[in-house]
Amino acid sequence: MELFDLTIHELHAKLKTKEISSVEATKACLQRIEATDERVNAFITVTADSALQAAAAADSRIARGEMDLLTGIPLALKDIFLTKGIRTTCASKILADFTPPYDATSWGRLQQRGAVLLGKLNQDEFAMGSSCESSAFGATRNPWNLECIPGGSSGGSAAAIAAQQAIATLGTDTGGSIRQPASHCGCVGLKPTYGRVSRYGVIAYASSLDQVGPMTRDVRDAAIMLGAIAGHDPLDSTSVDCAVPDYTAGLQGDLKGVKIGLPKEYYIDGLDPDVKSAMDRAIATYRALGAEFVDISLPNTDYAVACYYLIATAEASSNLARYDGVRFGHRAADAKSLAEMYRQTRAEGFGTEVKRRIMIGTYALSSGYYDAYYIKAQKVRTLIMQDFLKAFESVDVILTPVAPTPAFKVGEKTADPLQMYLSDIFTIPVNLAGTCAMSIPAGSSAAGLPIGLQLIGKPFGEAEIIRAAYAFEQATEWHRQKAQL
Amino acid sequence: MRITRKEVEHVALLARLNLAEGELETFTGQMDAILAYVDKLNELDTDGIVPTSHAVPMENAFRADEVRPSIGTDNALANAPDRIEAFFRVPKVIE
Repeated sequence: MELFDLTIHELHAKLKTKEISSVEATKACLQRIEATDERVNAFITVTADSALQAAAAADSRIARGEMDLLTGIPLALKDIFLTKGIRTTCASKILADFTPPYDATSWGRLQQRGAVLLGKLNQDEFAMGSSCESSAFGATRNPWNLECIPGGSSGGSAAAIAAQQAIATLGTDTGGSIRQPASHCGCVGLKPTYGRVSRYGVIAYASSLDQVGPMTRDVRDAAIMLGAIAGHDPLDSTSVDCAVPDYTAGLQGDLKGVKIGLPKEYYIDGLDPDVKSAMDRAIATYRALGAEFVDISLPNTDYAVACYYLIATAEASSNLARYDGVRFGHRAADAKSLAEMYRQTRAEGFGTEVKRRIMIGTYALSSGYYDAYYIKAQKVRTLIMQDFLKAFESVDVILTPVAPTPAFKVGEKTADPLQMYLSDIFTIPVNLAGTCAMSIPAGSSAAGLPIGLQLIGKPFGEAEIIRAAYAFEQATEWHRQKAQL
Repeated sequence: MRITRKEVEHVALLARLNLAEGELETFTGQMDAILAYVDKLNELDTDGIVPTSHAVPMENAFRADEVRPSIGTDNALANAPDRIEAFFRVPKVIE
């Protein structure tokens, strides 16, 4: 086992006994990035010097006996998290030279515990995409097959784990952007309940849907990371003030009496046969673990993608109004008037997918269409939320596929945005409902690509899905599979 | 057609985006297809349904009105594309 391939808890054990130092672990990750990232392109920025300084500081902290589970652990962040003094681009040309004056709360909390930042990870521009192809810094490749996409938008966050470049990462999930890349790259990805983790210092895409979460090698690591970043933040008024449980406390293999719902709308004819058989095997595994299955219905599932692409784009068109060339970011040269400066700055700075979503969102909010599109979508969102609330009256967790297919080929869906949008069909409803879900490795396709399963929990029911995920992980070997690079 | 090229031009103006000739063409077709797809929402009867703007039920989040440290003028201006003294400089607004 190489140092760069350990889990957080494994590396922690070695740091604690001083078998290895954080500097050694950090160097191992940096060397691995150096050796592999030309092919994978998971990183936009590597912060080697500051990483080694932080690792040395962590080693002193460990020597003083002031150790936390995350002290000295080399992590990386999606480039959507503001990092003080470290360039933060959101994978956009418009922020290519932006250096934030403050840290995102979630990163600040990890930093306080002595975590080491290896660098900033590639993503779809402004988190808009399902394939990591819309980055202004080039597409990220899937470490399992470099011809394939890693998923998106947190594609770099998943690929960096699969390529063994970082021990764990943070991503964000607005319509599946943590879970779908986790599924495609064979790692664990957890989207917490809306309000569970602060979004202060996270560049906004769709504010009623965006949420921060961990991407890790196993379920225990996801529990550790969530515990570190969760909780109320006075700087984010949408973060909810409710107690953060110890998510590692319920990690045991037994699921006796746990009721798992299978929504018929997710087990559709269009499901890839490899995904279908992975789900069948997962159901058998859960049955053997003592779980009970209940057939349920989430009747409005089929409307979720349409609902999402109105709400998310409307919110995006408003959030992205701030990129106007006035206070930060790119500014078009030689504009004669202020209005022309805005228009040209945005034309030069945004990529095609971002422009497309701003256009759809602006249209949906414009005079004469607001009720027909935006308000209509918000009403449908209510129906989708009610579907979940009703389902959770009879089940504890819901088990579904993460994506209808394993990772697709680079370039396969870029010409048809609607086809790309439909790849998030099983993850989007969870964001609309505002609840929590996670993806864990559950199979492999005939072509050798990872396949994940999704566990959806009640609002603030992260501990329950983590427990169900852990039991599955203990009973299977999928999480031990490695991409060969 | 659900959306015409002329309407796309108007939306681009509202969104403060200069679109190139080719982009206007492509977006008109793609937005038309996307709007046709989202029309499926009209299959659902939503009369009397309250719209959801926020997934977690939440009242106004109030906090004490206290003076706290801020990032300061220099930090605020550090990323400015153009500045003069303690201000952001922009092209002339009033003719």
